[in-house]
Amino acid sequence: MSRWGRITRRTLVLGSVAVAGGVAFGIWQTRRPVENPLVPEQGVTLNPYVIIDRQGTTIIVPRAEMGQGVHTTLAALVAEELDIAFDSIRVIHGPAADAYYNAALLRAGVPFAEYAQSGWQQTVSGAVGRAGRVLALQITAGSTSVIDAYERMRLAGAGARETLKMAAADRLGVPRAALETEDGAVIAPDGTRLSYRELAQEAADFPVPEPNLRDPSEWRYLGRSLPRTDMRDKVTGAAVFACDVRLPGMRFAAVRRNPHLGGGMHSLDAAPAEEMPGVERVIELEDGIAVVADTTWTAMRAAGAARIAWGPSSHPPDTAALFDVIEEAFDTPYNARLRDDGDAPAALAAAEGPVIEAEYQVPFLAHATMEPMNATAHHTGDALEIWTGNQAPILHRDAAAAAAGLDADAVTIHTTFMGGGFGRRIETDFTAIAAQVARAVEGTPVQVAWSREEDMRHGYFRPGARARMRGAVAQGRAQVLEAQVAAPSVTRQAGQRFLGLSAPGPDRGHLEGLFDQPYAIANYAVTGFLAELALPVGFWRSVGASFNGFFHESFIDELAHAAGRDPLAFRLDHIRDEHAASARTLEVVRDMAGWTGQTPEGMGRGVAFSFGFGTPVAEIVEVGLEGDAVRIRNAWIACDVGRALDPGIIRAQMESGLIFGLSAAVHGEITFAEGAVKQRNFTDYEILRMSRTPRIEVEILEQRAHPGGVGEAATPAAAPALVNALFDLTGERYRTLPLSRHLRFA
Amino acid sequence: MPFRLTVNGTTEELDLPAEIPLLWVLRDVLGLTGAKYGCGIAACGSCTVHVNGRAVRACGMPLGEVDGPVTTIEGLGGPGRLAPLQEAWIAHQAAQCGYCQPGQIMQAAALLADNPDPSDADIDAAMDGVLCRCGAYSRIRAAIRDAAGAMRGG
Ligand code: FES
Ligand code: FES
Repeated sequence: MSRWGRITRRTLVLGSVAVAGGVAFGIWQTRRPVENPLVPEQGVTLNPYVIIDRQGTTIIVPRAEMGQGVHTTLAALVAEELDIAFDSIRVIHGPAADAYYNAALLRAGVPFAEYAQSGWQQTVSGAVGRAGRVLALQITAGSTSVIDAYERMRLAGAGARETLKMAAADRLGVPRAALETEDGAVIAPDGTRLSYRELAQEAADFPVPEPNLRDPSEWRYLGRSLPRTDMRDKVTGAAVFACDVRLPGMRFAAVRRNPHLGGGMHSLDAAPAEEMPGVERVIELEDGIAVVADTTWTAMRAAGAARIAWGPSSHPPDTAALFDVIEEAFDTPYNARLRDDGDAPAALAAAEGPVIEAEYQVPFLAHATMEPMNATAHHTGDALEIWTGNQAPILHRDAAAAAAGLDADAVTIHTTFMGGGFGRRIETDFTAIAAQVARAVEGTPVQVAWSREEDMRHGYFRPGARARMRGAVAQGRAQVLEAQVAAPSVTRQAGQRFLGLSAPGPDRGHLEGLFDQPYAIANYAVTGFLAELALPVGFWRSVGASFNGFFHESFIDELAHAAGRDPLAFRLDHIRDEHAASARTLEVVRDMAGWTGQTPEGMGRGVAFSFGFGTPVAEIVEVGLEGDAVRIRNAWIACDVGRALDPGIIRAQMESGLIFGLSAAVHGEITFAEGAVKQRNFTDYEILRMSRTPRIEVEILEQRAHPGGVGEAATPAAAPALVNALFDLTGERYRTLPLSRHLRFA
Repeated sequence: MPFRLTVNGTTEELDLPAEIPLLWVLRDVLGLTGAKYGCGIAACGSCTVHVNGRAVRACGMPLGEVDGPVTTIEGLGGPGRLAPLQEAWIAHQAAQCGYCQPGQIMQAAALLADNPDPSDADIDAAMDGVLCRCGAYSRIRAAIRDAAGAMRGG
């Protein structure tokens, strides 16, 4: 049985469904009014939902926890309205964790959530002709989790509360309005307490009334830093990552694949591996082998011992050849011109002063999540169960099914904690390989681990990119800014991998962080060129903005200096009229750092701004000289997240995003020879260590109505703030990354 | 080869090659998965455990060279009997993805055993070999400072 109420003013539908021993509440968004929300053809999308049964309260979220604290915030959104202790809520990553709600809700055929979309999603959606197919991918990315859930989770909690009150009113024979709720129970005027658990089953018989959401001034959980639901397990070693899954009779496997990307295997002599004690099987993969053994250690050594003749790479052989292809893209017809204010070419031709021209380049990058790729799978002939830390369970389920030779509904997927995602765990390769290995050892559970070296060399890299920037200034302002960017398209490759189609038309993701910045410049043109490269590229924390932020904000700094202006005041002048909240972040960061525009000898400061993922962020980085080495001493971040639902988590994400961007700016570089990645491990792909990490201060502003994304927002401005600080320190403008090629860091 | 290994106070009789790194004995043979694999070449610190009270990289220590009792994150403290460092980690909400954190905590525990009142520079020097891709360093540093205070009775 299901009961539905419509909250028409928002075109949200609040409904309930009976499930075993209780009731599930969900919020659906409709694109147009519908008669029956369970009929998917009417364009209804399912969102996170709340189950109340004998076990207590569980929320099912289509959002993966990879360190960003999303489960804690989603639980708080529900608890706030439901009147239940926030730490008594269980958060499960849907959709496949439990069969019963699948039966009740998913089998009803309701597709998945309509999320705030990022640029690449919009491009792909447009190509498919309707959003549903893309939105069904249920990907945790684009920093959309909280934006999306903000109203719906609260409405689900409030609707559940009111429905439980109706059930209690019916049982007690008192009006609903006379009832209160507190701590997981309905309280009658005479003090009788009926717990939600005991009311749950009856509640499924009542229609869900339209609830009112509480005013933020009444909030008890939201707006405060809450203890994260995952913290205790993460400090005791009890948290289960995919590599920690242990099953009875489980074996351990390691993979070794052709380092020459895109090449196959010419010949294999597996004997040296098979002869090692503890080795059980050597399994051929498309481009390499997996070895199944008694321990991961045996499996990794045996994989290395096999004698393999690799086929050559199908990609341009080395870094220079790859960047030649990227550079050549500038000579092809452009893919997108997403900003075209005024007339940039004419303004450049007519410029009073000199035209400032600069070329920038950023390298390919790896995600290097702390936990290398791995998954654990058990194939029982007609079904597959798989444990995998992933950012897109539907994609992973489908990939596992294909690799296991099964239908998707024969696959049960468990999304574990992830030792970092950053976009890498959207990709399904490691899940598919585990399913394939499990199929080969049918009946035996097997954990398939990648060594760090395999992980580093078989990534979906942040693409290398080049930019050509031109501009001119007059009377202290930018008169014209023209930006052209060339890189392989993540959007196109993702469309191909995830949907089997390449998205034609303008690629917004490619220009994100460049065309959409709130600067008022009279003549402002942003154009994207797509390089034809099949080398695997993918989503890397902040995606296109990870390079576009560097191009844009470095060049804005060049224009400011050309205009003889303070770079922070120059930015403010161009942003203030365009977007007041963005300007405010610059003012706040200026005051936090005590920015004067002047720095003493031996010290440098730089500022950068970016607007992305719904959140404007301004950053200042301070560097100092120690002998002949540069130390990154301090950093200040001001961000406007709209509503700060959990300031502690937001601070952590801002610091994390900044450090991620600084790591890449200082050290990050993936290079190629013979079509193979040259870097192997953290010895040649370094990241910032504790001693190199600056002291960071974060200030959170709340001027906008809705919460913005926080997971990626701080990354784009990190590199340009550092490079601008180095210009202040040294007078040298670094236009290529990583900086460790130019400077020594202390 | 037969080995006798004491882990978290329990002695195990093992028949394993002398070269197998302690990390894989813990994780794959004994099922103690708290210590993590991050690099396998003693370059990231995720696998840090104590041998004889000293912090070692378990991925780089062959079983045959383990010359004393081993303590892992599971033996440092657990629910209901958290070690002061774990309490401080929770108070500061230090973990993000959490993968590096067992190694961070074990490294910090060895530091505080040696140096009950470390300066920030001491902390940086001791912790520099334990990488955190999530960049949780500032809270880790603050948690160590607080735990040091608590352990000194301050
Ligand atoms: S796994 Fe041992 S130091 Fe990295
Ligand atoms: S918390 Fe993720 S690597 Fe440290």
